[in-house]
Amino acid sequence: MAHDHAHDHGHGEAAHGKPKTTLYLITAVVLTIITAVEVWIFFIPAIKESAAFIPILLVLSAIKFAAVVMLYMHLKFDSKLFTQLFVGPLIIAGGTMIALLALFGQLSK
Amino acid sequence: MSHYTTTGLDNRKIALWTFIGSECMLFGSLISTYLVYKGRSLVGPFPHQPWTDPATGQTYPAILDIPITTASAFVLLMSSVAMVLAYEAVKHRHDPKVTFWDKVFGNSKLWLSVTIILGAGFLGFQSFEFTAFYHEGLTLQRNLFGSSFFLLTGFHGAHVTLGVLWLMSLLATDIKRGLGPKDAGTVDLAALYWHFVDVVWILIFTLVYLIE
Repeated sequence: MAHDHAHDHGHGEAAHGKPKTTLYLITAVVLTIITAVEVWIFFIPAIKESAAFIPILLVLSAIKFAAVVMLYMHLKFDSKLFTQLFVGPLIIAGGTMIALLALFGQLSK
Repeated sequence: MSHYTTTGLDNRKIALWTFIGSECMLFGSLISTYLVYKGRSLVGPFPHQPWTDPATGQTYPAILDIPITTASAFVLLMSSVAMVLAYEAVKHRHDPKVTFWDKVFGNSKLWLSVTIILGAGFLGFQSFEFTAFYHEGLTLQRNLFGSSFFLLTGFHGAHVTLGVLWLMSLLATDIKRGLGPKDAGTVDLAALYWHFVDVVWILIFTLVYLIE
């Protein structure tokens, strides 16, 4: 049966819930700080030339990615089906990327 | 018009998440292509190192400008914040607004406009970057770096452009009749698309610009 709805049932923050403005603003500050740290370590030769540089950047980037997806795209509060629709292809994309990099010898550099 | 499916979820939202999933694979392939060809260009300009052409003696500087790109990445990140505030404002349009800040954060036109301006600002940064690269000798045909870089960032820029147009249509509707809680689902779709464009740039910024 078809209905016109503003929200789906799986949405954790219904129209009557309180705005999450504070959470979103705190997230924005955290995202800004992480971006600043990423760029800061890029300009620090001691860190940039160390083996930890790339893993640190990847972890920071993953934190930003997860924060936006979970909070701004509200996957954290939403139906698990949406998470599956997103994470499934993401795993395929990531796996393909790693496989291609390994195949072309970029991971061993 | 949205419909409930047997899952109890908005059909449009299921479709958009499925689309975003397919976009993950599209951008995954574009980023993979860039990374696979990284460091394999036979001629410059290169992303992080200067290069002197042995035939002409002309020197090409390292092409990527991290401070400029940091500014553009920050602009796009902040546009996501503005977008989520616009969505909240639409969803809570009829809530009582007592304080000054309630009125500011409850103004969907303001936050949609900010998102559009920041999105357009990002496109401005990208246009500036592409133009500067072209004048420094990097074109789509110049080398593997140029081909894979312009393809990846160009595709992303096209997505941002589409997002800006989508948001402009929402702002026009908001100005014309006002967006309210019944429109929150529609705004949510645009917001999801916009945030996805942002997370793609989070990855591009790290993998293309920061990692040498």
